Amino acid sequence: MSQMIVDGRPVEFTDEPNILEVVRKAGIELPTLCYQAHLSSFGACRMCVVDAGKRGVVTSCTTPPEDGLSVETSSPRVHNVRKVALELLLAAHDRNCLTCEKSNSCKLQDYSERYGVDKVRFFNSTDEAKQPLDTGNPCLVRDPNKCVLCGNCVRVCLEHQGMNILDFSHRGSKVEVGPAFGKQLHEVDCIYCGQCATVCPTGAIMVKQEIAQVTKALNDPTKTVVFQVAPAVRVGLGELFGLAPGVNVEGKIVAALRRMGADRVFDTNFAADLTIMEEANEFLKRFTEGKNLPIFTSCCPAWVKAAEQSFPEIIPHLSSCRSPQQMFGSVVKKFLTADGDKEATDIYCVSVMPCSAKKFEAGRPEFAIDGVRDVDAVITTQELARMIRAYGLTFANLPDEAFDQPYGESTGAAVIFGASGGVAEAALRTAYKILTGNELELDLWKTAAPGETHREAEVNINGTIIRIATVNTIKAADVLIQEALNGDKKYHMIEVMACPGGCVGGAGQPPHDTLVRRAERAQGLAAIDQHCKHRQSHNNVAVQELYNRHLEQPNSHEAHEALHTEYTSRRRITESITISEGSGQMDIAICVGTCCFQQGSYDTMQKLNKLLRTHHLEGQVEVKATFCFENCQKGPNIAVNGKLIGEATPAKAEQIFNDEILTEFAGECAGV
Amino acid sequence: MIATPEALQELRETIHADRAGVTRRVLICAGTGCVANGSLEVLDRFVELIGNERAILQKEPAGLEHTGCHGFCERGPLVKIEGMDILYTRVRPEDVAEIVDVTLKNGVVVDRLLYNDLDTGHKCRGEKEIPFYKLQTRTSLDNCGNINPDKLDDYLAKDGYAALAKVLDTMTPEQVCREVSESGLRGRGGGGFPSGRKWDFVRNAPGDKKYVIVNGDEGDPGAFMDRSLMEGDPHAVLEGMAIAAFAVGADEGIIYVRAEYPLAVARIRNAIKQATAEGPLGEDILGSDFSFTVRVKEGAGAFVCGEETALIASIEGHRGMPVSKPPFPAISGLFGKPTLINNVETFGNVPLIMRNGAAWFNGMGTEKSKGTKTFALTGEVVNTGLIEVPMGTTLRTVIFDIGGGIRGGKKFKAVQIGGPSGGCLTEEHLDLPLDYESLLAVGAMVGSGGLVVLNEDTCIVDMARFFMNFTQHESCGKCTLCREGTRRMLQVLEKIVAGLGVDEDLDTLAELAVAVKDGSLCGLGKTAPNPVLSTLKYFHAEYDAHVHEGRCPAKVCQAFKRYVIEPTECKGCSKCSRVCPAGAITGKIKEPFLIDPEACVRCGACVSSCPFNAIKEVA
Repeated sequence: MSQMIVDGRPVEFTDEPNILEVVRKAGIELPTLCYQAHLSSFGACRMCVVDAGKRGVVTSCTTPPEDGLSVETSSPRVHNVRKVALELLLAAHDRNCLTCEKSNSCKLQDYSERYGVDKVRFFNSTDEAKQPLDTGNPCLVRDPNKCVLCGNCVRVCLEHQGMNILDFSHRGSKVEVGPAFGKQLHEVDCIYCGQCATVCPTGAIMVKQEIAQVTKALNDPTKTVVFQVAPAVRVGLGELFGLAPGVNVEGKIVAALRRMGADRVFDTNFAADLTIMEEANEFLKRFTEGKNLPIFTSCCPAWVKAAEQSFPEIIPHLSSCRSPQQMFGSVVKKFLTADGDKEATDIYCVSVMPCSAKKFEAGRPEFAIDGVRDVDAVITTQELARMIRAYGLTFANLPDEAFDQPYGESTGAAVIFGASGGVAEAALRTAYKILTGNELELDLWKTAAPGETHREAEVNINGTIIRIATVNTIKAADVLIQEALNGDKKYHMIEVMACPGGCVGGAGQPPHDTLVRRAERAQGLAAIDQHCKHRQSHNNVAVQELYNRHLEQPNSHEAHEALHTEYTSRRRITESITISEGSGQMDIAICVGTCCFQQGSYDTMQKLNKLLRTHHLEGQVEVKATFCFENCQKGPNIAVNGKLIGEATPAKAEQIFNDEILTEFAGECAGV
Repeated sequence: MIATPEALQELRETIHADRAGVTRRVLICAGTGCVANGSLEVLDRFVELIGNERAILQKEPAGLEHTGCHGFCERGPLVKIEGMDILYTRVRPEDVAEIVDVTLKNGVVVDRLLYNDLDTGHKCRGEKEIPFYKLQTRTSLDNCGNINPDKLDDYLAKDGYAALAKVLDTMTPEQVCREVSESGLRGRGGGGFPSGRKWDFVRNAPGDKKYVIVNGDEGDPGAFMDRSLMEGDPHAVLEGMAIAAFAVGADEGIIYVRAEYPLAVARIRNAIKQATAEGPLGEDILGSDFSFTVRVKEGAGAFVCGEETALIASIEGHRGMPVSKPPFPAISGLFGKPTLINNVETFGNVPLIMRNGAAWFNGMGTEKSKGTKTFALTGEVVNTGLIEVPMGTTLRTVIFDIGGGIRGGKKFKAVQIGGPSGGCLTEEHLDLPLDYESLLAVGAMVGSGGLVVLNEDTCIVDMARFFMNFTQHESCGKCTLCREGTRRMLQVLEKIVAGLGVDEDLDTLAELAVAVKDGSLCGLGKTAPNPVLSTLKYFHAEYDAHVHEGRCPAKVCQAFKRYVIEPTECKGCSKCSRVCPAGAITGKIKEPFLIDPEACVRCGACVSSCPFNAIKEVA
């Protein structure tokens, strides 16, 4: 056991990665803007500095602890650094704190108060040139005027999601964080998971609010406002009212929504059970036919967007099931009146979600009929908390009330949708029952440990081994997809959730600094599951009733109409320029994007053109200049009749021509 | 292909034998400074003339080579006639015919092209007589200006790669590191960390793959030591690298050079090509089992990439942003592997130490700072150029004896040493020995070795503003204090030079400077306040004059300029009133005009327009 001296007192340490964690152990909370234990240490904000005597002032977040090292956490020297740093940040910060949504949970505000920054001596640089807000997407709002350049968003997007949507640009005091080339989020491949917002210490990245629309609907007597509440919300909301993470506040949520004027309060869990009925049967069909395996889950809208953009080759593998949110919206709009709710007119469907990307999902054109959305508005756990406060409800004193019927009925299989591994487990419970006639007795896995992104399980069903994997974060998914596509690993089912830990760690959930918090919420969900009377979706009586009345059976034509969807490749660059027309027999596309161009693609094109002319094939082959096959490392890239050929250097042009092009015209061309 | 140390020695002897008949060589400086002054045209003219008159010269063959920087940039283009001990200065193409006719054919000196020592009136014939050279100790720069950097043979003739052969043939990596340690060599990039210790860290760091990086990202305004060495003696850098690689167990080297140094890049690339083709680099070097390859990485010119972790990030293809240390590059550097990173000049010293021994090297310099140091002498000094002196030489020797004092008979005011990271020193420091400790003690640093000499016409506050502007623009923007602190310090300085300074500004400036120094992440930020701190310390009166007395003692800051028309000299011609863009000058024709100081924008247009010199600037 090694020991450090913190403010004169000995503190023992073992495997703490940095001095900051050792200081925390000593009961001292150092201020941090850029430190997140689940991200790499960055050392940029300089708030966590400690005085290490002769070694000078060091950032505790980046310095490993050393046996015998003595540090002071509040010496005048470090206090001065902190205070000056805060004043400097405030001088470059849009200080409209009273109207800022982050007010009261803003770290910059907190620290400025804590360290007594009572004046800012410098003119506010955001006054002279306000940067425009990034509001072009339905989920997130970026306000560069409030950015303190801590880089948390940059690192979370890279290190957890592998998306690398945000990065630093420019130099000196002109540095800013944003998507490449000053674009807005909707113009790039952002999947709206909102993890950037969860780690932003100020109001620079926030989840877009829809409270106003929801309040308007609640006040509209002609509308029947129907709520659905996602599983993860019930184990997170309580934190904002002083309860411990993981405590189930489902009953109080129902009570609160009714007091706000909700006409019906239903449970997304009902739709989760419905999803399982569809997905388990879809899986078994594919399993029996041996087609499109592994099946990838499709409940997470951020993951679905990532798949459409970055992995379009796996689209056939994606489950065609809509997410529970969208199944719910569809069911409510289609069947609520028919299911006996004769008073429901002009239904306005609101979902309460732990997620920012659900706002994007609800707005996808596939989920609207004649322009009317299945889900009209999506609010987050945080937005619900704000509404509860705005309505003056004392949360702790609310009674526990039950969901409305018929869509308030659910099983334990549904509630675990809110954490990584839950969807796969729920699907397996039902698949097992269908195949064996028995209920699966064992749980697949325990809740994921904090930071655990990848788990695998095997289940023996009547002698057949079913291999299942669950991943959270797109970065972990990427690895698994490559392995699955390469055939390195064989899976039958892969569950993907974009947020670390799953929906419990979504961007709509209460702010928190640790992944431990997410695991505690997941344990809350597991506890609900364990105490449920029914823990399998097929035992949901209300779901069975829905099939009986409207949908016949899982995967029926009716079920497909109401509950399934389709995906399209969202690869950004599809346009091309035709260089020479052909007869349609063959087309050659040559990437002339920057990377391939620099590697000689233009020369390759010239050589191929020349060869085509020499062999009198110029009228038969269409030659197109295109942009980016997203295979830049193996450039220059060309595609012959859609077949991608990497490393098509000018030197190899003739060989490619002979192997890939000439062979197609064997016997046709005049030769030379 | 040179396969063994013996073969190397044989080749060297062959080169010497071949050249025995060439008693004179015309060496034309082709360093960046002289090239900019037209030395390549001079070279062309020599090629033409010597080519035409080869017959005449046959009796006594003369070699003709372009070389790297001779150092005496002030007097370029320089042409040295080796073997006759002549250095011609400011040679223009039209002088070449005369040099060929008079000097090469007839052995007579062209007096008018010699350096004229203004102090003594003596026409100095060669380097030995010129004070600028006489007082220097050129060891690492010895080859610069004396060999053709594009010819491997020239380097071999000067004992090139003999040190590498000796190391590979007779020494172990431990012995090499110990020799470097004993020499007392310290990092020449500014920090002054003992090189031997650094090498040992890398040597002892666990790892199969290790790298050696040359930091050639010299970016201080007014510094060109590394550039000159790479341009003038590229093989010495390669040899130093190879020795270091052997000592630390690396097999791959990268030379990081800024793209603004095209000549250095070209010459280094050429040297790598030659050394790889001929044997001193590549597989199984000189018959040993040591292999080492080198490539060049061109930097895009960000000053912060001279910081080693930012430099490594840049090589890896990331944004040039420093990361916190530890871990140090010696443990986890390029691509996470143990990496030795030293400055160009540090590597340039290594072959000399290995060839001449640690004792030779540590015989020069002071107790803690051994060997020599190159400095780029610029600013208001008579002899600008590249110099090399033993560590511990005083500023007075450098500026007044070697540098020839202040240009135009002006008074010395200060010297900015170490570029934007260094400090501003005054008259009282002139007898300070130039070594790591002495400079640190007075709030400056050796830095990479830039010396900018300032005369009495320089406004110190304005100079501090200049350097702060530089660091603010070159800050990578990662850490709060450097990014925002330099911006606000710059704003305060701008306010002061604009005549808007108030009492509190000086306190604010000092407070910011201390916080930025204490709290910044990397060396750039930690040293950025040095120009402000040192000028606040040594020139506080000048700040006071700006803030409290409303004047700029050096008459530089425009805001403080006051123009008055001498009524006795003004003839009332109205010219000034017609050129004044602000309409600030009024008067009746043939009567003295008047300037309204409130309306005056201090452009000075009236002063140059007055045919009678009647308009005066008052401090």
